[in-house]
Amino acid sequence: MDAAAALERLQEISSQVRAAVIFERGGKVAGATLADDQRAKQVAEEAEALLADAEQRRDRADGDEFAQLEVALQAGSVFVVRDGDRLIAATTAPEPTVGLVFYDLKSCLRELAAPAAPKKRSPAKRKSAAGRQKKTDAKS
Amino acid sequence: MRSRNLLTGMMLGAGSVAGTLLFRRRLARRRERVDVYFGDGSMISLAKPDEAEPLLRRARQILELAG
Repeated sequence: MDAAAALERLQEISSQVRAAVIFERGGKVAGATLADDQRAKQVAEEAEALLADAEQRRDRADGDEFAQLEVALQAGSVFVVRDGDRLIAATTAPEPTVGLVFYDLKSCLRELAAPAAPKKRSPAKRKSAAGRQKKTDAKS
Repeated sequence: MRSRNLLTGMMLGAGSVAGTLLFRRRLARRRERVDVYFGDGSMISLAKPDEAEPLLRRARQILELAG
């Protein structure tokens, strides 16, 4: 699934997510619900800086990597979720259902990572009795 | 009569305690904070203004950009 399709599906399943940007470490934007590409890039850059700040708060240097974060503000919440090198930043209204938003964002990243489903093969055409008859005639 | 008054008083007391708890819980939820979760399942919550402020500022910027 490509980023645009994954984001479209995210917006279908989650009524709480207002805007979302999928990006890679380094700030390269893979897809966004924002119409303005420049804004999407700025959101990705800010989100990356946010998680760099958050990772510094870890007391142990040998600790595991960042997985996800939520910043709760009065105007709304900001979520950043990581899956490998890919990240998604999303905004919601104030007081969202945190667990549900994390789940939807993780699903979105996993769908993106999953290989594309193989195309369904169309069922073999049935040969008509007349066609079969013709073949038999040709043999004899 | 006396036991009835006692019961009423106790019910009022219990109600006000429950109300206070609910109000405080709601207030705490509304407070601006940052929750960071790590791959090993650990989590840190930053709510003190001095430690959370730089992250809150960035998050405000993201909200503004995302409209």
